[in-house]
Amino acid sequence: MKKLLCSTALITAMALPVAAQDYTPDPKATPGGMITITYKDDVATLDPAIGYDWQNWSMIKSLFDGLMDYVPGTTDLRPGLAESYTVSEDGTVFTFTLRKGVVFHNGREMTAEDVKYSLDRVTLPATQSPGAGFFASIVGFDKISNGEAETLSGVEVIDPLTVQITLSRPDATFLHVMGLNFASVVPQEVVEEMGDDFGKNPVGTGAFKLTDWTIGQRVVFEKNADYWREGVPYLDGVTFEVGQEPIVALLRLQQGEVDVPGDGIPPAKFVEVMNNPTQAAQVVEGGQLHTGYITLNVGMAPFDQLAVREAVNMAINKDRITQIINGRAVPATQPLPPSMPGYTEGFDGFAYDVEGAIAKLSEAGLEDGFTTQLYVMNTDPNPRIAQAIQQDLAAIGVTLEIRSLAQANVIEAGGAGEAPMIWSGGMAWIADFPDPSNFYGPILGCAGAGEGGWNWSKYCNEEIDAMAIEADSFINPAAPERLAMWSQVYQDVMAEAPWVPVFNEQRYTMKSARMGGDDALYVDPVSIPINYDYVYVTE
Amino acid sequence: MAGYLFRRIFQAVLILLGVSFITFVLLYVLPADPVRQIAGRAATAQTVENIRQQLGLDQPFLVQYGRYLGGLIQGDMGRSYLQKTEVASLIASRLPATLLLMAGGIACELLIGLTFGVIAAIYRGRLLDQGLMVTSFVAVSAPQFVVGLLLLYVFAVQLGWFPIGGYGTFEHLVLPSVTLGIMGSGWYSRMMRSSMIEVLRQDYIRTARAKGLTRARVLTRHALPNAILPIIAMIGIDIGIFMGGLVVVESVFGWPGIGQLAWQAIQRVDIPIIMGVTMVSATAIVLGNLLADVITPFIDPRIKMR
Repeated sequence: MKKLLCSTALITAMALPVAAQDYTPDPKATPGGMITITYKDDVATLDPAIGYDWQNWSMIKSLFDGLMDYVPGTTDLRPGLAESYTVSEDGTVFTFTLRKGVVFHNGREMTAEDVKYSLDRVTLPATQSPGAGFFASIVGFDKISNGEAETLSGVEVIDPLTVQITLSRPDATFLHVMGLNFASVVPQEVVEEMGDDFGKNPVGTGAFKLTDWTIGQRVVFEKNADYWREGVPYLDGVTFEVGQEPIVALLRLQQGEVDVPGDGIPPAKFVEVMNNPTQAAQVVEGGQLHTGYITLNVGMAPFDQLAVREAVNMAINKDRITQIINGRAVPATQPLPPSMPGYTEGFDGFAYDVEGAIAKLSEAGLEDGFTTQLYVMNTDPNPRIAQAIQQDLAAIGVTLEIRSLAQANVIEAGGAGEAPMIWSGGMAWIADFPDPSNFYGPILGCAGAGEGGWNWSKYCNEEIDAMAIEADSFINPAAPERLAMWSQVYQDVMAEAPWVPVFNEQRYTMKSARMGGDDALYVDPVSIPINYDYVYVTE
Repeated sequence: MAGYLFRRIFQAVLILLGVSFITFVLLYVLPADPVRQIAGRAATAQTVENIRQQLGLDQPFLVQYGRYLGGLIQGDMGRSYLQKTEVASLIASRLPATLLLMAGGIACELLIGLTFGVIAAIYRGRLLDQGLMVTSFVAVSAPQFVVGLLLLYVFAVQLGWFPIGGYGTFEHLVLPSVTLGIMGSGWYSRMMRSSMIEVLRQDYIRTARAKGLTRARVLTRHALPNAILPIIAMIGIDIGIFMGGLVVVESVFGWPGIGQLAWQAIQRVDIPIIMGVTMVSATAIVLGNLLADVITPFIDPRIKMR
């Protein structure tokens, strides 16, 4: 007790502008009903430490909870399993007070020990979690990842309802990290009993629990009647039917057999759907934290010359590319999407200017043009976009050879630094969490520029890297000075033009007529396609 | 007979060994790193290396292959890289659906193909014959993806006779079976036609007619059973041809078979699953051929096993 008092005294409670406005439940919402969601691919896993595709991300969110969570339909943080938290003055010690009486789906009460176990588990190399790196700022991370330790020394259980996490440096994104699926709290006894099969037999504290998983056919969630948040979920359950082609899913939706096609409206059917007033009314449009871009490999001639990179930036007709995808996007000027904090309003980037591009090329001594290769993922609409880029570059005398490959092969070529240019479509960056830092480190920073990294431009500017680190050392993620620094980071990056930011894709979710709830829930930036916990049906 | 069987089984094992080696080599040289797929885009270099080590993918090729083969001999096909589930259980849970679809496909192609073939042979050289042969030519050439969607649109969406994709009841089985069977039916109708024409030319057919049997009776009792013989041996080979079509048909109809599993695994570079499905399919093809060779002498005594 003395120890506790002592440590509490050291902590200064700080009010952070987090969860300013929590979600107001829809007064019209009625409980009951099952909905059907379809997907083409099988669900890979429901283990929150492993699952990292946009299909299982929202499913895992509904089965599990972490200490932090987001206000439905927004990018605003709110406390999850943590009832409250305090941050030390230097921003390195977070003390979370857990909610009382939260139980796992197996009926056992969740405690601080589970939080510690879950964080240890996700960072242990044996777990093979793709999200381990997000926890790098916790004290003891290095030791656990190189096998010297079995647990994170920076995560301490103070009492059954209090857990204290110490960081090796202030990390403005830490609370977002605690809201990632990777930080979900899992029950140790179930994980140990199931071993590698935990992903097929998930047990969490979330709004839904798994009741049936027939491989290749369906995954069924049932409402968790003991859910700790009052009043939700509204639905009795959700059935995910897998193995359904998007075009078949759309036909079934039109027949009233499906509520939401998880893979979206097939590109070839988009115009037809939107031109039909009844169907268009069932489509919800929203922004998403996405940018589609072309990388220019600064390690390969002639893209090692700034003037050439600028010329390519000026030569691309972004409006036309946007038309190719039926206007399902807005042209981009910078790496960050408009809805991301830190986005620079009024920054024009490179305007479409063929004459200027030709002038830039002759400045670089390439008035006769050159030949290069563009790598692109081989699924529609990406090859068509590649052809548009090819035509744009032909107009300034550059001959582009298109290498249309499977996703894994493009990623491999990009990581190995073998690709002069890559169109990011189909692999494009969608933020893990709504913070400007998430668009830098792995895809534009020096950390991602190494062999195998996702920084396909292989662009590495140590000065900008230093500024990024400084920006992330703020305690308050929303501090205006911090966002100003991030805005500067991306403007500095664009001055060196390692990317051509092309567009920010919009999201279109189609739903059956009986689905109710705010439109925001159907384009939830965190739960794609929809937020299962808060939607309801009207019949 | 026993010696023949033993020799054939020994050959089959050699073939499967060869298939496993070639597939493993192809996946090894593939310019796509499975570790990157597992590690995801946010992984640090350390995470990537850890995963590579744990999966043994840092080992030389022969060690990796030796380990895989060692597991395979003990019936262990490993665990999926991304799903972490045992490959054997993934395949086992999907195999019944694939076998059912195959049976449906074979039934359809025989039904359509043999009927067309017999009719064409009877009306040989006339308009009906030419019409049927053009139809079968179209059936052989039509892409299954298109045929599947077309059938789905007409019979499920417009007419509502069948469910729009899925698995479970007899109604679910019809459209995918027909899609799968249509292509094979083209082959069978041509085979059946020429086999039938061949048989109809035989002396015993003329004898049967001469002794006063009706045309219909000659056809059903004398011509058909003999004409069908060479066709039956083809069914074993069909299993191999179907494997390719299954990937497409299962995707279009949401049929939870191993074709769909393979297709998803290829996209995710999930090597243990790709290997597992390849080995199971190869085994099915080898067994199918073996079966065809073994049963042929029983149905046609002119062919002897040596």
